[in-house]
Amino acid sequence: MTSSAHALASVLAVESDSGGGFVSPTIEEFYPPSLAEFSLLGIDFTITRITIISFIATAAILLFMVLATRNPTIVPRKAQWLMESGYSLVRDNLGRDVIGPRYKPFVPFLGALFFFILANNAMSIIPFFQISPMSKFAYPLVLAILVYILYNVVSIKNKGLGGYLKEVAIPSGVPIPFLLLVTPIELLQMFIIRPFTLAVRLFANLFAGHMLLVVFSLGTVYLLGKFDENYSVIFAPFSFLMALFMTFFEVLVIVLQAYVFTVLTATYLNGAVEKAH
Amino acid sequence: MNLFAAEGEPNPLLPPVGEIIVGLITFAILAFVVIKFVFPIIEKTFQERRNAIEGGIERAEAAQAEAKAALEQYRAQLAEARTEAAQIRDAARAEGQQILEELRTQAQEESARIVARGEEQLAASRQQVVNELRGQIGSLAVTLAGRVVGESLEDDARRRGTVDRFMDELDAMSSSTPATGTGGSTVYTPEGNR
Repeated sequence: MTSSAHALASVLAVESDSGGGFVSPTIEEFYPPSLAEFSLLGIDFTITRITIISFIATAAILLFMVLATRNPTIVPRKAQWLMESGYSLVRDNLGRDVIGPRYKPFVPFLGALFFFILANNAMSIIPFFQISPMSKFAYPLVLAILVYILYNVVSIKNKGLGGYLKEVAIPSGVPIPFLLLVTPIELLQMFIIRPFTLAVRLFANLFAGHMLLVVFSLGTVYLLGKFDENYSVIFAPFSFLMALFMTFFEVLVIVLQAYVFTVLTATYLNGAVEKAH
Repeated sequence: MNLFAAEGEPNPLLPPVGEIIVGLITFAILAFVVIKFVFPIIEKTFQERRNAIEGGIERAEAAQAEAKAALEQYRAQLAEARTEAAQIRDAARAEGQQILEELRTQAQEESARIVARGEEQLAASRQQVVNELRGQIGSLAVTLAGRVVGESLEDDARRRGTVDRFMDELDAMSSSTPATGTGGSTVYTPEGNR
């Protein structure tokens, strides 16, 4: 049913086969069996549990946002207040404070990013889902590519292609001999490393978080099953507490990574709209 | 599982293109809806709320200004009323003074008039008495003198002449004496010719 259950089943299966010790979860956690497959224009599409989870998360947050703002009142109701608080966070703390005076046109995109990531991240601890689509590299990658396109387009629009490249390649205040070293690094960082780290940061956090949760959940189950052997069962509560602790930690990661991804996007956009200095 | 093992471990950093496209579509749908419908509504709500709050503040300020103006007006009216009352009081006092003065003057005039009339009457009475006495004194003196002399002075002309001469002498005598008895103030001197 859940990915943990799948993993548990596989563990039990392995155990029954070899009668050996604890088998830790593998990368296959993130490659659940496909539910539907089809090919379109030569591209293979595979619908898995995780794809469905991402649909559900997106639909849920979308439904919440639409319902919360359906009949807006001057004095907000609970849902409306929650929605407005989230939007204000993006608009004021991420948009206005980070991007600067020309933040207005970017706020909707930042908001969409933030709520999309938040909802999909949250799936990593919601019972019966318990895996976040963001732990599949494809999802953070899509977002990072969009951000990459956006800040490059905005930069070129504001500074011209030449001005933009010059600003990136020749940072002001760097002595000319050092440019030999600095220019390749800056170009690499701006056009390759930046989008890559943006995507990997989000992906790796959710990936690792899920792995930790699975390890300690499976560990608890495994230790409970060792009742008659060498008293390892007494360690089961510790494993369980660790799983609990990691779940709370995961809550922090869910919110923080959504925030970090958005704030970094805002920072890149700030660099794009700011005049060359 | 054996299938995966046969294919080798999948690389998590190399996602299939299909997955990327699915993710893109998912995000695009969300982005479209929130950018098109959700965020504009929130922005509009913020604007309305700000207007409502600013409107409330403006209304409160207007009410305060109005109350202040009314207070000022009341104060001005009060001061005016006080001044007016003081003026009325002063006027009343002055008027009272004036009335008192008039009354006093009137009383004095009245008393003076009464006194004057009394004097006139007295003077008239005196003159009458003097006239009567003059007539009687004349005839008495003649009768007395006739009896004394034994001579009837029947001749009127001579008699009149004698009497008149005598009276003139009397007048001359009385006018030559200090005029305590003849002045207007004889009324106030109880020991006089009376």
